[in-house]
Amino acid sequence: MANDRQNKDTRFIEMTSILKSSKIPGGVKPSEITDKQVYLNRRKFMQATAGLALAPLFQQAQAGYGNKPLTYDKSRYKVEDELTDYKDVTTYNNFYEFGTDKYSPAQRAQALTIDPWSVTISGEVEKPGTYTLEDILKPHALEERIYRFRCVEGWSMVIPWVGITLGDLIKRFNPTSRAKFVKFTTLYRPSEMPGQKRRVLEWPYVEGLRMDEAMHPLSILAVGLYGEVLPKQNGAPLRLVVPWKYGFKSIKSIVNISFTEQQPVSSWQQSIPQEYGFYSNVNPEVDHPRWSQKRERRIGEFLKRKTLMFNGYEKEVAALYEGMDLRKYY
Amino acid sequence: MSSRQLVLLKIIVFISCLLPLAWLMYALLLDQLGANPIEVIIRRIGEWGLQLLLITLCMTPLRDVVQQPWPIQIRRMLGLFAFFYVCLHFVSYLWLEQFFDWPEIVRDIIKRPFITVGMLAVLGLLPLAFTSTRKAQRRLGKRWKRLHQLVYPVSVFAVVHFFWLVKADLLKPAIYSLCLLALLGYRIYKHRLTRSG
Repeated sequence: MANDRQNKDTRFIEMTSILKSSKIPGGVKPSEITDKQVYLNRRKFMQATAGLALAPLFQQAQAGYGNKPLTYDKSRYKVEDELTDYKDVTTYNNFYEFGTDKYSPAQRAQALTIDPWSVTISGEVEKPGTYTLEDILKPHALEERIYRFRCVEGWSMVIPWVGITLGDLIKRFNPTSRAKFVKFTTLYRPSEMPGQKRRVLEWPYVEGLRMDEAMHPLSILAVGLYGEVLPKQNGAPLRLVVPWKYGFKSIKSIVNISFTEQQPVSSWQQSIPQEYGFYSNVNPEVDHPRWSQKRERRIGEFLKRKTLMFNGYEKEVAALYEGMDLRKYY
Repeated sequence: MSSRQLVLLKIIVFISCLLPLAWLMYALLLDQLGANPIEVIIRRIGEWGLQLLLITLCMTPLRDVVQQPWPIQIRRMLGLFAFFYVCLHFVSYLWLEQFFDWPEIVRDIIKRPFITVGMLAVLGLLPLAFTSTRKAQRRLGKRWKRLHQLVYPVSVFAVVHFFWLVKADLLKPAIYSLCLLALLGYRIYKHRLTRSG
């Protein structure tokens, strides 16, 4: 037992040190990050079911991704799974501010103004204030992180994010000793976010993390994906990515980061408390009240895969929840 | 309506009921179903089943409005198409959602209310489909009508099934519920009217 525990801890430290030492000099050109083969490789199951030789004729050629390229360091921490197609990552989105179906955000989010953008840092923190996005990002080197992304609905992707470690940002603003939680808020602007005109959820969208979760080296604030500036439907210009939690925890288009003593109530928790808890860690053993979480459909694949504990980041994050009843704290 | 017109109408209804499926096949082969085609297949087919069920229930009021027998004459075909799509929906669930993992399917049916009511809807439609022939209608006589009133609870199960699977946006299931309420309400109203009159 003790040995096991120790093992877990050393691994955790190893990973942490990898993340810390990951500032590899020199940027990587976006063309280098993704093998063209990977994103042109559309839906293997199509060939399996339809067996159509015709299908490739109708596939759209994707010359580039179309957004502004970013300069960033390549992370040494990444999953080895095949990346989900760029097209799927940027067209199949849950972003209720732009409508409740998956394909609306890619169309309706284009009208969102993201420049200028400012983020307010508030609450239990020594350096509160409203900062421009540039000020928020300036001191940090961008880094790529290839993470699994598991939606609570039972589908998943593998996404090459580009962003900064959330913990590095938090340290800059010196949270006080009373800061136990971090609360994030999405922009509220019904004129550009038509989904906010209907009260499907309580707007603005709110999410939260426990301080140690926020400081975990896997938690990032993303500003890009696939080597380019984040598309608006994916939460531009600044979004959270917490890869061991269900996707809805990874709040998009953040305008406020607040440090609190009390545990914040997230939007989904407020809306349907018996189904969505504060933690929302990916856990194949704890079902959603209405569906099983044992398996998931990786976008682009035909057969389902087994869902992994903490979305496959068990080694890294299990220590955060030691001794907690994950059924109770779902 | 002449018998020739009726045949024509039936052909049109038959083809119309197959159009959604044809569209789905076409879109699937051309990779036009988006990032998660299987979800689209299961959801769309299920929704068409529900829509056809409600359309079938429209035929009686429609007959009363147009004062002609043709809505009743195409009702069976519509009902069978509803059954057809519901079956396709059920099979796509068994295959594409569960991959015939029977213990998991049984657990799903027992544990999840929305699957339970969906299953009840499928089971309720079975005797209706099997007794849809004219022969069965004659043999069952008065009992046929009683049996086929099963379509009412089946429709309720189908709408509830949809209601319970939606995550947060209840607009669509609410619309179907209203349609069903109107259709059932019409029958209750008519029943009362004939009783008191």
